[in-house]
Amino acid sequence: MDVSKDTTESAAMTESSPDPQANPQTGSGFAGPSMAVAGSAGQGSVKRNRGEGTVELMGLNAYYGSTHAVRGVDLGFAADKVTAIIGPSGCGKSTMVRCINRMHEEIDGARAEGQVLLDGLDLYDSRIDIVAVRRAVGMVFQKPNPFPTMSVFDNAVSGLRLTGVSRGELDDRGREALVAAGLWEEVKDRLKAPGVGLSGGQQQRLCIARALAVEPEVLLMDEPCSALDPVATLKIEELIGELKQRVTIVIVTHNMQQAARVADTTVFMLDGELVEVGPTEKLFTTPDDDRTEQYVTGKFG
Amino acid sequence: MSANQHSLLLDRGNLKRRNRFNKAVEITSTTAAVLAVVVLVIVVGSVFLKGVSALSWHFLTTPTALFGESGGGISNAIVGSAIMVAIAAVMAIPIGVLVAIYTTEFAPPSIAHPVRFVLDILNGVPTIITGIFVYGLIVVPQGHQSAFAASLALAIIMLPIVARTAQEVLTLVPGTLKEAAHALGIAQWRTTLRITIPTAAGGLITGSLLAVARVAGETAPLIFLSSIFGQGMLTAPGEALASIPIFIFRSSESPSSTAHTEAWAAALVLIAFVLALNIVARAFYARSRKRMGA
Repeated sequence: MDVSKDTTESAAMTESSPDPQANPQTGSGFAGPSMAVAGSAGQGSVKRNRGEGTVELMGLNAYYGSTHAVRGVDLGFAADKVTAIIGPSGCGKSTMVRCINRMHEEIDGARAEGQVLLDGLDLYDSRIDIVAVRRAVGMVFQKPNPFPTMSVFDNAVSGLRLTGVSRGELDDRGREALVAAGLWEEVKDRLKAPGVGLSGGQQQRLCIARALAVEPEVLLMDEPCSALDPVATLKIEELIGELKQRVTIVIVTHNMQQAARVADTTVFMLDGELVEVGPTEKLFTTPDDDRTEQYVTGKFG
Repeated sequence: MSANQHSLLLDRGNLKRRNRFNKAVEITSTTAAVLAVVVLVIVVGSVFLKGVSALSWHFLTTPTALFGESGGGISNAIVGSAIMVAIAAVMAIPIGVLVAIYTTEFAPPSIAHPVRFVLDILNGVPTIITGIFVYGLIVVPQGHQSAFAASLALAIIMLPIVARTAQEVLTLVPGTLKEAAHALGIAQWRTTLRITIPTAAGGLITGSLLAVARVAGETAPLIFLSSIFGQGMLTAPGEALASIPIFIFRSSESPSSTAHTEAWAAALVLIAFVLALNIVARAFYARSRKRMGA
């Protein structure tokens, strides 16, 4: 079946030789984790204190009961890169992403097979605690969902409160996360105000701050702008550009323009299968697969 | 525009009959709603009119007079009711909320559904039967009535009310919040404790207050369990205590018209308490709904 062949080839390319993936748009090339982050404008808080944050999916299958939602996907996500996943509704892109932080299995009757390697370590290994997975792989959802009973600041540190982080450190880390999410200037005078009192875009950046506070290596974003207006969307997109120095970003989006704006690499999925993966510009201009071309030119979806 | 389309617009068919039927249903349902309100107004109004004359500070702060004497009050009944309802609430509310948390957050549907069904049945058990059950359980072995026995019966009556309303409220907490908590690596029990319960707090309080309001006027079990009590202000839960419902019951059976008025006044106190609880409960519920974005 030539689909799977195609899939394996392109995935292999992503994993073994990242150089052809160098982004012609930013010209920054492949930045390894050890590489100095020159050119990250004004964002002094860049750090990667644990692993690299490279994610590899190997033979990933996901099911809802008898529905086979993700079909044998092999795919690599480079550290310090933004990878966008596009495809029509129901193609399994959200499901695939939710397998990376093992949120997929929270749903009744859902299960996943195959391997998800974070810096070479299988997240589905029986020795690995699911809580540890969620700390290493953060997630931002479609609709902003700050905790309604908590203040702005408490929301930002909600993921930290239970790890025995001291009060003093909590203040620093919360502030740092809010700065990283580009929200500090807007909320520094209302840290005690309820998180749900912020605007939609601010709420979503608060959710990003909340995810960043636990210092994940990977940040999954499941259509993070679909509930936001264009101005708020733009802010989040700018933020994604800054954050990629700090975390590996995987963003699911319905909006192809958004993928073109933010992603270094774009993945096209259809019916649970990975159709094509490549540098964003190539995928949108000269895709290898006919189905990709039809989708990006708006012939279906 | 063809003549055909015009005829489609002008052909009224059975539209007239349907409109009439619509009107009839509207009037009937409106009447039913008005009737329900009228009943409440008549009950509260007549209790108020007949009871307000006997209501005084003295009435509220003096224990019931000795048999055959007049000029007593209901302070002992108020305190007795408060003690019994409080003990019942302390027993029923935590257990009820925990049952709800178990069924909504932890139990698989194959267990949650039967538990819900059992609670509904428990809710339907006539309270006189609950009273007899506790009578056999506690009063017979002990050989005397007690406020504690009454509290236990009231707690059994409260439990399904608390649990069912708590279940309803907990299921209203948006799944996206629990999802967000899980994605942050917050464990299930901690999510429940720190996210779900605080979000639903208003609704949980509402359910508990409604359950308290419901049992505050409960009479049947008290007749078996706490109706033979001593004179004056008693507070020990180990013995039978006076209560407002029993006071109303006794006074209304008395031949004296003063006693009748006192029964009305006590009823007014009880109804005012229940109404106030309901209003407070509504306020909490409104707050909770706002939090959950409903």
